[in-house]
Amino acid sequence: MTRSARRTHNPLRAAGAGAALLLALTACSSSSDTSATSATESSAQSGSSASAASKVSGTVTVFAAASLKESFTKLGDQFEQQHPGTEVTFSFGGSDSLAASITGGAPADVFAAASPRTMKIVTDAGGTSGAPTTFVRNQLEIATLPGNPDKITSLKDLTKSGLKVVLCDESVPCGAAAKKALDASELKLTPVSYEQDVKSALTKVELQEADAAVVYKTDVRAAGDKVAGVDFPESADAINDYPIAVLKDAPNAEAAQAFIDLVKSADGQKVLTEAGFLNP
Amino acid sequence: MSRPADTLKGGRTGPRPRTVPLPLLLPALLGLAFLLLPLIALLIRTPWSTLPDQLTSPGVWQALRLSLVCATAATALSLVIGVPLAWLLARTDFPGRGLVRALVTLPLVLPPVVGGVALLLAFGRNGVVGQWLDSWFGVTLPFTTTGVVIAETFVAMPFLVISVEGTLRAADPRYEEAATTLGASRFTAFRRVTLPLIAPGIAAGSVLAWARALGEFGATITFAGNFPDRTQTMPLAVYLALQNDPAAAIALSLVLLTVSIAVLAALRDRWMTAS
Repeated sequence: MTRSARRTHNPLRAAGAGAALLLALTACSSSSDTSATSATESSAQSGSSASAASKVSGTVTVFAAASLKESFTKLGDQFEQQHPGTEVTFSFGGSDSLAASITGGAPADVFAAASPRTMKIVTDAGGTSGAPTTFVRNQLEIATLPGNPDKITSLKDLTKSGLKVVLCDESVPCGAAAKKALDASELKLTPVSYEQDVKSALTKVELQEADAAVVYKTDVRAAGDKVAGVDFPESADAINDYPIAVLKDAPNAEAAQAFIDLVKSADGQKVLTEAGFLNP
Repeated sequence: MSRPADTLKGGRTGPRPRTVPLPLLLPALLGLAFLLLPLIALLIRTPWSTLPDQLTSPGVWQALRLSLVCATAATALSLVIGVPLAWLLARTDFPGRGLVRALVTLPLVLPPVVGGVALLLAFGRNGVVGQWLDSWFGVTLPFTTTGVVIAETFVAMPFLVISVEGTLRAADPRYEEAATTLGASRFTAFRRVTLPLIAPGIAAGSVLAWARALGEFGATITFAGNFPDRTQTMPLAVYLALQNDPAAAIALSLVLLTVSIAVLAALRDRWMTAS
């Protein structure tokens, strides 16, 4: 009752709030419009990319696979130092959900996916400008508890009974790769869970809820001494290519290309291989 | 009590139905459209022609069956421990009761994933309580159907407790007192007098808790993981289907939406009068 009384008391407040909301919405759309036009103007003005490299400015928005988090954050800092006046913002997540955001109209400049399949979602929708290129590759590794108390030395050891193993779900790249490796070696493995992304699979081992997980080498390295890594030869049959591309509707295409150039440069590749990635 | 009901029913009995001010009507309609449009979009984009195939795949029924079983078990567990808790909060006085009540409602506002992490740290194989469960009884809760029930109970029980506590506060305690002066023990008074008195509140709270448990995602996937027919409930199936088969995800969402609407519609009257 008090609620309805309060509502009728203050019709102006409600109207004001509605108006403010509408204003905010229009402000949003107009600002993104102007930034889009300014980006096209600046790219039209600059012409040749070599001379424009130093003139790169503004914000670069990079959508990148969760597994790239550590190394891309480093590269983002490098980029900002090399190009004063720029700012790199990241959105890290599952490649599929990032691809869905991009095709849904998210204002991103660069997309770095953990698999060609997820990149294809964007290219099929005409979302990239130019063909994506592979910039790194990632290999699977077994993550076990620190000190490897279960003495896991091979993929086959994961099929031992009583061992709690988590895999990524087949619908995400790390799960697809793990399935490929298991199929190739004709092993049948029943995990306790199919996790929704590689990080949550690793977390289950870090929290010692699971005894082992099949994740990327880079994730094992990023986890430090919270897990131990075990290489297995079958992982060579299931290497993931990571493609990167400038997006068609990039608000800042110029800077996007400059960021990709950095990622593919010797400096960039060094940061990535230090994180455990393989050169393409 | 009759006035808000009149205004809810619309123009006929309310005063001056035609003078709805435009500054109110427009935002109101916008609000209505905002809440309904996503649901309508789901219906529009549903692949109706392939829907029968999608829904007859065994995975869907596994997930739906597991969802229904776990939500029901979580509601039952909530009733067993939640109703006494609500009674404690409404009928007794102890220091720090306000704080306890605030803590009880915490799962309502906590991100479910945080709830899942907290559950892992408490009941996980390596958790505060879980390590004893593991070493004494050989029981581990993560990655099990029991784990799903626990995650759902954690998130859904506050709805029941709040609803029952509110009903208890509205119910006249003098009936209980009369029963005890007539020789009934406090527990008998609770069983024979209080419980029938607050039954509508308990029913409303149960429905809310059941519906919340049915839709629970974050705590479940964090604490119980995802394995078909053991811990993969409908919301998890929807999320993972979205990764590589959006049409299947839409079909699954439709099933969950239908079940939820049916439950809310069936108990709408009871729910409205209880609040």
